[in-house]
Amino acid sequence: MNNPLIVSVGPHMRAKISTRSIMWTVNLALLPAGAAGVFIFGIHSLYVIAVSVLSAVVTEWAILSFRKKEIVIFDGSAVLTGLLLAYNLPPGVPLWLPAAGSFFAIAIGKQVFGGLGHNIFNPALAGRAFLMVSWPVYMTTWQNPRWQVDAITTATPLALLKHSQFDLLKGTTYMDLFLGNRGGCIGEVCIAALLIGAAYLFLKKYITWHIPLTYISSVAFLSLAFNGPGGLFTGDALFFVLSGGLVLGALFMATDYVTSPLSNKGKIIFGIGCGVLTFVIRKFSGYPEGTSYAILIMNAFVPVIDRFTYPKWFGWRKK
Amino acid sequence: MSYKFYGGVHPSQLKNLTSDGAIKRIFVPKRVVLPLSQHTGSPAEPVVKAGEQVKAYIEIAKATGFVSSPVHASISGKVTKISYSPTPVSNRALSVFIESQDDEDRDFKIKEHRDPNGLPAEELISIIRDAGIVGLGGAAFPTHVKLSPPKNKSIDTVILNGAECEPYLTCDQRIMMENPKEILSGLEVILKILNAKNAYIAIEDNKQPAIYAMEKALKSFSFHLPDISVKIVNLRTKYPQGAEKQIIKSILNRTVPFGGLPMDVGCVVQNVQTVYAIYEAVYSGKPLIERSITLTGSCLKEPVNIRVRIGTVIKDLVDFIGGFKKEPKKIIMGGPMMGLAQYTMDVPIVKGTGGVLFLSEEENPRTEESVCIRCGKCIEVCPMQLAPTALMYRVKREFFDEAKDMGIAGCFECGACAYECPAKIPLLDYMKYGKARI
Repeated sequence: MNNPLIVSVGPHMRAKISTRSIMWTVNLALLPAGAAGVFIFGIHSLYVIAVSVLSAVVTEWAILSFRKKEIVIFDGSAVLTGLLLAYNLPPGVPLWLPAAGSFFAIAIGKQVFGGLGHNIFNPALAGRAFLMVSWPVYMTTWQNPRWQVDAITTATPLALLKHSQFDLLKGTTYMDLFLGNRGGCIGEVCIAALLIGAAYLFLKKYITWHIPLTYISSVAFLSLAFNGPGGLFTGDALFFVLSGGLVLGALFMATDYVTSPLSNKGKIIFGIGCGVLTFVIRKFSGYPEGTSYAILIMNAFVPVIDRFTYPKWFGWRKK
Repeated sequence: MSYKFYGGVHPSQLKNLTSDGAIKRIFVPKRVVLPLSQHTGSPAEPVVKAGEQVKAYIEIAKATGFVSSPVHASISGKVTKISYSPTPVSNRALSVFIESQDDEDRDFKIKEHRDPNGLPAEELISIIRDAGIVGLGGAAFPTHVKLSPPKNKSIDTVILNGAECEPYLTCDQRIMMENPKEILSGLEVILKILNAKNAYIAIEDNKQPAIYAMEKALKSFSFHLPDISVKIVNLRTKYPQGAEKQIIKSILNRTVPFGGLPMDVGCVVQNVQTVYAIYEAVYSGKPLIERSITLTGSCLKEPVNIRVRIGTVIKDLVDFIGGFKKEPKKIIMGGPMMGLAQYTMDVPIVKGTGGVLFLSEEENPRTEESVCIRCGKCIEVCPMQLAPTALMYRVKREFFDEAKDMGIAGCFECGACAYECPAKIPLLDYMKYGKARI
C-alpha cells in the first residue's frame, strides 16, 4: 500500500446537508415572494433587491478580506441577509438606501460580532432598524400596487387601522391581503408566495413548526382577544395575521438558525415571546408594525432561553 | 408495534452489497493473532508459552477476575511468540501469535453433543464463562457478567438485538436467516439462566428476510421451558436503533435511568450472534473461536459475509476473498458510524468486530469544517437528549466541569450529531475528548 490510510474519529459517513446548501435553499425559497413583489410594485423593486444583495456581498467580502479570514461569500448567507433586508423595505426607496442598509447589516449586525454563527441579532433586521431611525420618511413612504390609480403615498393596511382611517380600508378583502394587492414592503405583501417558499423549507425539514406556529397563533389569539373594536374577543385575527410583515417575519426571520434558540422547547418560548411583543408594539406604540422589533428584542433573550431549555437527558430523573 | 425513541438519524443503508450473500464457512487461516484483552474488563493471562504446540479450542489465556474473559486458540499450531501487536482499539496490545504447519489439523472438531435441558443455571453460566463468550455486538462485555444480575434486580424480559442499525453490515441479518433455530435454542438457555418469562427478538424493518426466517422458525419451535412468551418485533429503521437503551425504549417503552443499566428496568439485551455463540458453547462445547463478519465497501472485488476465526489478520482475509478492486483510503473495523479507522492491515479480527469496511475516497469524502450556525440538528438527533453543540463549546474552552453538569457522561458515542451536522463539525471528537477529561 503506497498511500497511507486515513485515520479519523467516526462517524465515517456524513449527511449530505451542508451550511451552504441550507443557505441557498432558503434563498431559493424566498424567490417567489420577491418575484411577487416585483410584479406588484414594478421594476424598481427589482433594483432595490439587486442593490441590497450586491451591497451585502461586497461588504462581507471586504470585511472578511480585512480580517484576513477565509472568503466565504458563496455560502449564501450574505446573499440571504441582502434579500431579507430588501424584502423589508418599501418598494419606492432610493437605491442608496438598501446599499447603506446592507452595509450596516453585514458590518455591524454580523461581522462585528465575529461573522456567521456568532451574531446575536438578525443582521437584516438590524439593518432595517438602522434605516428606520436614520431615514424614517423614506422607510414609511408606501406605494400601492402598480395597477391602482393613486400609486404613491398611501399607507399600509395596519397604518390605516392605527390611524382609524376605516373608510380607506373598506375595499381591502382578505384575498387582497393574501395575494398582495395592498401597500407594504417588497417581500411581505404576497402571503401566498411566502407560504409556497416556506412549504418547501418545511418539506426539506430546514425549518420546523415550533417558531412560526407559536408566533403566528399567539399574535392571532391576542389580536382576537384584545384588539377588537367591541371589547374582548371581537378582534379580526385573520386581518392582523395577513397584514404587515408578520408572515415574512415568522417564517423566514424568526426562524433564522443563528439568532433563534437551539431546542424545540426554546423555540416555542421564543415564538410566543415574538408574538406577544409584536402584539404589544402594534397595539400600544405609535408604530403600526411590530414584527421586526419584536424579533430583535427576542434575539437578545436567546442565550438566556437556551440556558434553561436544553432537553432533559434521556433517563434523567429528579432526585 | 414499536415505540419511538428520541432522536436518531437515517444514513443510507448500503447493505445490498452483501445482504444476499450467504455466510461463507470455508476459511481457516494459517496464522492468528489473539489479543489478551478483547473484552471489557481485566485482560486475560496467558497459560501457554512461546514454542508450545496448541490445539484449536484449547484455552490459551485465563480470565483474571469476575469481569474478565478467557481466550482460546482459534487454530491448531505452534505459539510463535507472545508479544505486542496492533489491534482494532490500540496500537500495542499483548497478544498470542499462533502459526500452523499442518493443513489438516487446523479445524475444529465438535467435542461433544450435550443436552443442556437438565443442567442447572449455574452450570450453564460457567459453560458460557469458560467458552470466553462476550457481547458480539461491539462492546464485548463479558456475557456471564450480564447473565448474573445482583439478587435485588429481577429480570423479566430478554431482548435479542438483531437491529443491526449500522449501515453496510449484514452479518447479523444473515445469521438470523441461516440459523434461526440455533438462535432460539440459545435464547432458551438465557431465559433459563435468568428465570425470565418474556423475550423479544428485535429486528429493524429493513430486514424482512430475517424477520420472515425468525417467524417461521418460531412457529415450529418447541421450547422446553413452560409458559414463556417469545415475540418478534419490527423496529423502524433508524440509527442508533440497536443501542441498548434505545432498543429497550422502542420495545417496552421503559426508560433506563441516566447512568443506569438495562437490568435497572428488568431487561437483559443480547446480540443475536452472542446468542448463537451461547448455543454453540452449551450444545456442543465449542468455545468462542469464530464469528460471522461482513467484509464490504466499494474497494473489495467481492464483498462477503464470512465466518472467520478470531485472530485472523485482515490482510490474510482480504487476500483470501480476492483482494481489492481499487486501493482503499480508509479501513474501518466495525460499522461506518461507530467503527474505528485503522492505520494498518496487520490488525486481527477480535471478538467484538462486526465487520471491516474498505472505503474509497468517494465513499468517504473529506469535509471542511465550518462554524456552528446553531441549527440545533445535533440536539434533535442526539438519542441521549444532550446538547452536543453546547458541549462542544464547553470542551473547546476546557470547561470540563460545565460539560459534566450538562451530561456529557451520558454520551455513548453513536455519532449521530456529527453525522447530521451541516457545518461538518467533528462533534464526536469533542465528545470523546470531553468524556476522557471529566
